[in-house]
Amino acid sequence: MSTALSIRQLTKTYGNGFQALHGIDLDVAEGDFFALLGPNGAGKSTTIGILSTLVTKSSGTVNVFGHDLDKQPSALKRCLGVVPQEFNFNQFEKAFDIVVTQAGYYGIPAKIAKERAEQYLNQLGLWGKHNVPSRELSGGMKRRLMIARALVHQPRLLILDEPTAGVDIELRRSMWSFLTELNEQGITIILTTHYLEEAEQLCRNIGIIDHGRIVENTSMKDLLKKLHVETFLLDLKEALLVAPQLIGYPAQLLDGHTLEVQVDKAQGITELFRQLALQNIKVLSLRNKTNRLEELFVSLVEKNLAKVAV
Amino acid sequence: MSTAYLNSEFTANMVALRTIVYREIRRFTRIWPQTLLPPAITMVLYFVIFGNLIGSQIGDMGGFTYMEYIVPGLIMMSVITNSYGNVVSSFFGSKFQRSIEELMVSPVSPHIILTGYVVGGVLRGLAVGFIVTLLSLFFTKLQVHHLGVTVLVVLLTATIFSLGGFINAVFARNFDDISIIPTFVLTPLTYLGGVFYSITLLPQFWQTVSLANPVLHMVNAFRYGILGVSDIRIGVAIGFMLVATAVLYGVCIRLLVSGRGMRQ
Repeated sequence: MSTALSIRQLTKTYGNGFQALHGIDLDVAEGDFFALLGPNGAGKSTTIGILSTLVTKSSGTVNVFGHDLDKQPSALKRCLGVVPQEFNFNQFEKAFDIVVTQAGYYGIPAKIAKERAEQYLNQLGLWGKHNVPSRELSGGMKRRLMIARALVHQPRLLILDEPTAGVDIELRRSMWSFLTELNEQGITIILTTHYLEEAEQLCRNIGIIDHGRIVENTSMKDLLKKLHVETFLLDLKEALLVAPQLIGYPAQLLDGHTLEVQVDKAQGITELFRQLALQNIKVLSLRNKTNRLEELFVSLVEKNLAKVAV
Repeated sequence: MSTAYLNSEFTANMVALRTIVYREIRRFTRIWPQTLLPPAITMVLYFVIFGNLIGSQIGDMGGFTYMEYIVPGLIMMSVITNSYGNVVSSFFGSKFQRSIEELMVSPVSPHIILTGYVVGGVLRGLAVGFIVTLLSLFFTKLQVHHLGVTVLVVLLTATIFSLGGFINAVFARNFDDISIIPTFVLTPLTYLGGVFYSITLLPQFWQTVSLANPVLHMVNAFRYGILGVSDIRIGVAIGFMLVATAVLYGVCIRLLVSGRGMRQ
């Protein structure tokens, strides 16, 4: 499978001297659904800004489907669709006009542009609002409008910078299934998000960026394997006054009816339930305290923070 | 590079140019009460007050009635103000709303982006100029002494001020910055650019100083096209406008390629 995106030794130092990227290397295979995660200010948006040419790189190379950013910017841009974090369309233009105009910038004749605009606005549930000035759309609709606009020239690589930020759960799930469909059609997708559940559900591979450095770049499966300890919350039938003594399972009582227990993957939970049964503690339900990826993400970022501090 | 590739690039760029121009036309026609109506009302006031009421007391100027004399200048004044205003407000508005990013991420060449905005500015300048010309017919008879000079001068003037508006918009950081140049530079230059008087009325020193005012050359060249009279040499005026167009175009392209005010 060919490479959709290849980044080598990419650095960016802003005018005020702040170095946002410290020579990152990143490869994303064609057809991948890739998550680029990192805390605020880690360098995600700078990386995406460089790819979309809105931020000028300081050094390094960027290649999209074999097109070099410095040598073939025009060919590279034709392969790329970008959905930015902030709304960046004319608030006075109608939704339909915004999408058709964007197609025109890519040299797509008006007739085809109008057909595609209708198709994507329909697929994203916006056709009913196509004649409405964009400022009158809700936040979720505006996000979907930006997705329709990014797709109108049918890019091979779609980059979404937090596309579901501020979107309600129902809409978020419908956007997930839309993005999954696009990926199944062969479009390579790179996603940044703060919802780690989203990354875990959608993405096959993951890169974690922190302080301008890639601290992890692997498959989601392999990454989750690294998670040795999971924290579970147990809802108890009867209230306890103190946390029970559970050998091999550090536990604390959050309130009378909720017990937090750390479980090492090697141990499993069978032994935990045996010990609870011996103490006559009845459990009504069991749930993860946090998303699994979230636990890993926090530990990786904390490790990197310690390194940077040293 | 293959011919087919160049052809497809050229076709794509022409579609992009048409898209930008349509978008600009859509913008200034959608907000016509802000773009087309005010200059029409202002110019009617000029015709009534300066042309009819005060002009009748002034007598002839350059062998024409005062009304006939000021009409070319007033048409030119509308063209200058509106071509400049269209580009500066449209481009700065795109920067302010960040919709300029739609163009920056697309493969449109800087030449096409600039040409699209300039054509938009020229078209608004011409639209307002046409409206003012029609209105002037209610007050005076209009002749055209030299059609070629008239058309060339009005096109070059609108282009120069569209390019000027573009430079202003690139450097502007807020809405104050896009009104400073029109208020403190453009308006004085236009009023002192021979719209309402012949510079032969001025003392020799101020006649010489006036020659440094680019608007004087444009107004007089246009007046020559309409009436056949001018305070300056037409060849010099047109030469100056061609050079100004080329220099400003070069500056605009450099700004666009560098991404000043648009890229980080």
